[in-house]
Amino acid sequence: MPAPFSNTYSNGPASEQITKIRETLLLMASLTTRNLTLALRALVERDEKLAASVEAEDSQLDELEISVDELVINHMATHAPVATDCRFMLVASKISSNLERIADQAVAIARRSLELNKEPLLKPLIDIPRMAQIAEGMLRDGMTALIERKPELAQEIIRRDKEVDMINKQLARELTSFMLEDPTTITRALNLTLVARSLERIADHCKNIAEEVYYLYQAVDIRHERVGSPQA
Amino acid sequence: MSAQPLTTVMDETASAAQSREVVHTHVAASTGPEKAARLNAPTIIDINNVDFYYGPTKALHGINFEIKEKLVTAFIGPSGCGKSTLLRCLNRMNDLIDGTRIGAGSIKISGVDIYDPSVDVIELRKRIGMVFQKSNPFPKSIYENVVYGLRLQGINDKSRLDETVERSLRGAALWEEVRDRLHTSALGLSGGQQQRLCIARAIAVEPEIILMDEPCSALDPIATVKVEELIHQLKQDYTIVIVTHNMQQAGRCSDVTAFFYMGRLIEIDATEKIFTNPSQKQTEDYISGRFG
Repeated sequence: MPAPFSNTYSNGPASEQITKIRETLLLMASLTTRNLTLALRALVERDEKLAASVEAEDSQLDELEISVDELVINHMATHAPVATDCRFMLVASKISSNLERIADQAVAIARRSLELNKEPLLKPLIDIPRMAQIAEGMLRDGMTALIERKPELAQEIIRRDKEVDMINKQLARELTSFMLEDPTTITRALNLTLVARSLERIADHCKNIAEEVYYLYQAVDIRHERVGSPQA
Repeated sequence: MSAQPLTTVMDETASAAQSREVVHTHVAASTGPEKAARLNAPTIIDINNVDFYYGPTKALHGINFEIKEKLVTAFIGPSGCGKSTLLRCLNRMNDLIDGTRIGAGSIKISGVDIYDPSVDVIELRKRIGMVFQKSNPFPKSIYENVVYGLRLQGINDKSRLDETVERSLRGAALWEEVRDRLHTSALGLSGGQQQRLCIARAIAVEPEIILMDEPCSALDPIATVKVEELIHQLKQDYTIVIVTHNMQQAGRCSDVTAFFYMGRLIEIDATEKIFTNPSQKQTEDYISGRFG
C-alpha cells in the first residue's frame, strides 16, 4: 500500500504538494498538543499568563486549517488523485478540522481556568488531569498512527474514548452533588463541568482522527459504529 | 459461466482456476446492489489463458478473464503493456500483422472460439465494431460513410439505408449536427464529429461489441465529453471495450477496469474499486502516477 508518508513519487509537484500537506498537519498537531498542555497547566498551576498565551496562539491554528484545505483543493484540481492519495486528501482536510476544534477546546479550557482562578479550588484536581492525560495520549497516538501507517493503533485509540466519557459522567455526578449540597459552589462546579466537557469533546475529536486514519489505510469507513467497526 | 463473479486478481503463480477466484463483497458494499447485479451480467467474451506472440516475442502472458455483456470495460496500463494487442485479438485484427499468433489459450465470444478455423473473420468483424485512436472517415459523404458496411453486404435499399443513417447518427449523438448536410464530405467535420461519425459507422452494422482504442486521445476536452457521454448511452445496447491512457476517462466511463503490465493482467475489478482501493500495489502505483 503506497502511502502519503512513504512518498514514492519522484520529486515532482505531486510529491511536493503531498509533503506540504503532511508537514502542515504535523505542525498543526504539534501546536494543538502544546496549546492543550498549556491550557491544562494554566488550570492546574493557576497561571493566568499561560491561559492568555493559549488564546493568543489559536489564530495560527485557524490559518493552518484554511491552509490545509487550500493545499488539498489545489492538489485535487491539478492532480486528480486516486486510491490512497485520494483518501488522503479527504482525510487531511478532516484531520485538520478536528485539530483546529481541539485547539478551540483548549482555548475554552484556558478561559474557564481564568474564571476558576478567581476563587479557591473546589476540590483537588484528579479526574480532569486524568482525562487530559488520556486525551493527549489519544492525540499523540493518532498522529503516530497517521505517520507510521498503523491502522491497528488507530483502532485502539477509538476504544479509549469510552474511558474519557465514563470519567466525564462520573465527574458530572460528583459536581452536581457539590452544587446540591452548597449553592455557593455552583459557579466553580459549572466551570469544572465545562472543562470536563471540553476534554470529553477533545477525546471525541481524537477518536474522529483515529477513524480517519483507519479509513486512510484500510479503505473501510468505521464511523458511527458501523459494521466492522472496532466500537460496534 | 454467466454466474461467474466479477473480480479476478491475477497472480503469476496462481493456477488458471485460482485466477478466477473472486472477492466480490466489496462490489455490493461500494456500489449498491443494483450496480453489483449489473456487474454480474452474463459473460460475452471469455479470454482463457491467452498467450500472444509477435514473431518470437511473447506479448501477452496467460491472460485470463471474462468481459461482461453491456458493460464498459476499460483496459489500462503503461505503453507496451499489451492492452491494445489484447483489444486487437478480440476481433482478430492482429491477423493482419505478419508473424503474429495466439500461442496458447482461447478467446470465446458468446461461447464460440473466434480462432477456430471454421470462423468467418469478416462475419466476426461485423459483430465486433472498432473505433480507432485517430478518426478515419472515408473520403466520402457523411451518408456514404455510415452505410459503407451495409453496401459491402450488398444492401442498397434506399429506405433501409436512410433509416440506418438516421438511427446510427442519432445513436452516435451526431444526427442533430449533420442532418442538413448528410451528402457533404465527412472530411469537413471537426475531429470530434469525425470520431462520432466513425462510431456511427461502427454501429450501423449492428455489432454486439464495440472496441475502442484510445478513441479520445486526439480530441479536445469538449469533444471528449461528447464521446464519453455517447459511450455511456451506447452501453444500453452494446458491450464496449475501451483502451485508454487517460485514468480519469477510465474512471468516468467504465464499469470494469483491467490493469495490464508487461503483458500480464495484474488486476481486474469494478472501476470504483480499482480507483479507490485497488488490491494490487502495482495498480495503485500506476493509477497514482508513480510509474508508467
